[in-house]
This record gives sequence, C-alpha cells and structure tokens, in this order.
Amino acid sequence: MMAFDVKVIIDHLPQILDGFVTTVWCTVWACALGMVLGLIVACGLMSKARIFRYPIRFYVEVIRSTPFLIQLFLLYYGGPSIGIYLDPIQAGIIGLAVYGSAYYAELFRAGFNAIPEGQLEVANIMGFSTTNILWRIQIPQMMVLIVPGLVNTTIILGKETAVLSIVTVPELTFVLTGIGSQTYAYAETLTVLALAYLILAESTSRLGSWAEKRLSKYMER
Amino acid sequence: MLDFSTLPAALPILWSGVKMTLFLSTMAVVLGLIVGTLMCSARLSKNYPLQLFARFYITLFRGVPLLVQLMISYYCLPLIGINIPALVAATGCIGLCAGAYMAEILRGGFQSLPPGQKESALMVGLSNSHILFFIELPQVIKLTIPGLINETILLVKASSLISVVGIAELTRTAQNLAASNFQPFQFYLTAAAIYFVLNSAISVFGFWLEKRSNSRVIV
Repeated sequence: MMAFDVKVIIDHLPQILDGFVTTVWCTVWACALGMVLGLIVACGLMSKARIFRYPIRFYVEVIRSTPFLIQLFLLYYGGPSIGIYLDPIQAGIIGLAVYGSAYYAELFRAGFNAIPEGQLEVANIMGFSTTNILWRIQIPQMMVLIVPGLVNTTIILGKETAVLSIVTVPELTFVLTGIGSQTYAYAETLTVLALAYLILAESTSRLGSWAEKRLSKYMER
Repeated sequence: MLDFSTLPAALPILWSGVKMTLFLSTMAVVLGLIVGTLMCSARLSKNYPLQLFARFYITLFRGVPLLVQLMISYYCLPLIGINIPALVAATGCIGLCAGAYMAEILRGGFQSLPPGQKESALMVGLSNSHILFFIELPQVIKLTIPGLINETILLVKASSLISVVGIAELTRTAQNLAASNFQPFQFYLTAAAIYFVLNSAISVFGFWLEKRSNSRVIV
C-alpha cells in the first residue's frame, strides 16, 4: 500500500490555485461566449429562410456529433494550416465556446418554441419592434424555462475543460498531472483533482438554483 | 490549398482506428447498461445504505471529468497493486462512467411505470427478479430509447479521450498520422468526418428503433 502524503499538495498549493483559477476563467469565458454564439445560432435555426436554416442545422449536427478533443486538435494543431494562429488558452476558450454553442442553441430553440405564438402576434400588432420582442418578451420568459438546462450544459462544459490540458492549457488537470509525474504522487494529486471538479460542479449547480429562483421571481403571484 | 493526397494511403490505418473506437464504444454501452441497471436498482431500493452507495457512485462518476477518471485508472490502479493492461482499464473506466449516466436515464424510465403493474405482478405471485427482467426492464428500455441512444453518441465521442492513455483508436490514429505527415488539419478533419458519419448512423438507427418500438409500449 502506498502512503497518502498531503505534503506534496501543500508544497504545490500556489500552483494548484493558479490552475484552479485558469479552469474557472476558461469555463466562464467559454460559457459566456458559447451562450452568445448559441443565441445567434438559435435565431438561425428558427429562421424561415432555408438558406440560413439548413447550413446552421448542419453546423449544429456536426458540432454535436464530433468529439470535443478532435475539434480542439483541428483548431489548435490544424488551425495554422488555414491561417489561424492561437495560443493554447485562446484555442481552448474558442473551441469550448463553439462546442457549447451547439448545445446552448438547441436549448434556446426549445425555449423560444415554448412561448405561445399568440404573444408574439399581439406584440407585433401593438407595434413592438422585432428586437424589442426578443429582449422584452421572448428572452425573459424563455430564461425561466431553460435555466436548468443551461446549468446542466455549463457543468458539462466545466468538466470538458479538463480536455484543454491535452493542448497544454495550464489548467487544473495539466498542473496536477504535471506535479504527479514530477513527484510520482499520483494518488494524492489525482484525488485533489477529482475533488476540485466535484466542488466546481456542485458550486455551479448551487449558483444555478439561485439564478433559477431569481429569474422566476416575477412569475410568482 | 489543402492537400489531401496522403489520405488514401492512410485509410487502412484509420480503419483500424475506427474498429477500435467501435469496439470501445460497444463495450462501454454493454458495460454501462449492466452497471446502470444495477446502480438504478440500488438507487431505487428501500435499503438505505445501498441507496446511499448508488447516490455516491452516480455523483462521483458524473461529477468528475472522464479524462480525470481515465488518468486515475491508468496511474493509480498499479499503485494499489492492480496491474491490468491499459485497454482493460480504459474500457472498464468508460463503462463504469457510462453506468452512472445510464442509471439516471433508466431511473427516469422506472419511475414513469405505473406502480399498479408491480403490485399486480406480486399478487399473481411473480418473483422480484421475474418482475424486473420480464415486466419492467423491457418497457423501461423502450421508454428510454431516446436517452440511451443519446448516451451512446456521447460515449462514441467520449471514447476519443481514451487516446490519452495510448490506445490506438480513431483519435490516436489520426494524431499519429497528423504527426508523421505534418498535415494536422487534413487528418483531424477526416477523423471528425468519420465520427460524424458514425454518430449520424447511430442517430438514424435510434429513430428507426424508436419508431418500431413505439406501437408496442404498454403503459
């Protein structure tokens, strides 16, 4: 049996914290960008013009049925062949945002579809502009419906940041496996790693329940 | 412009990678269904410690990234004296992880069955295992086909992570070919196209299965 040596973790604590911050940073940026891109993609998916709808549907299907690792390799290692030069963190955030956008878009689309058609017709008759309808009528109602789904996708993307370690983004997995292979303290480092991700997922889920309560406040009578 | 002239010669190598990916995904689905059924029964059982264990298992395997799980199985198992080949460790790991997700999908199915069915089956004198295998499971599988197919697609995608522990599945093969030909874009694009075709096929199969079984579900 091996001994569980906490000293390795304490000695490398600053590095580990840096990694943790990088993981959170990548998750937050990727999710924010992914949601914005997802909203645009969702609008494309619901467009009445086939010339928009079909290519965007194809984009969503391709993103959803290829592994994130391959997409990341294509962007980071393959990018220079087509003139895209990114550093690891940029490639990681953009790759994750693109990957997430397809999932967010499907959620947004489901949310938009859940809003009764009549509301939009009434708003239209009353002279609301399309942007106003989107921001004042569709989005506030839709958000309440899809927050659980958004939180779920965000947790999945947060876990997916572990894959960024493969393209040398100095996030949690990269830092801790690095320490592991330097000190041979695999058991200690990997346990901390697993715990850190559990904490991240749990806090995202807590944040989600809080957001759900906040957003659905106006619906209470 | 992009030059794909090295691709035809590499296709047989990629095909061997595809076969490995298919093998790993199939194993993951089969193992996942077995573990998932067990964990789901434990989660729904009235035995509190068993229920707690299933909850812990599901939270753990769903909360930790698969990549980290694979690293743990690869680096930590030898430390506690378990020396198994990387292929077995990786297959087991992805199967156990799939089990946690499938347990939750199946639980949704079990909970949607009317309780009257089980009660009447007990009254008629069927044993618990009989009820599970001949009454509940067939219906639950039919009900959860969309979820299970979705999970299968996720598993095919997740199997790409196994490349990290050095098993020559599709992603690893593409990686090797990209490195030896200095053409990363072409080979990763080809690998992405292959994954797309595989998963589209699974998705079409899922639609077919769903349509076919629809008429037979008795709820």
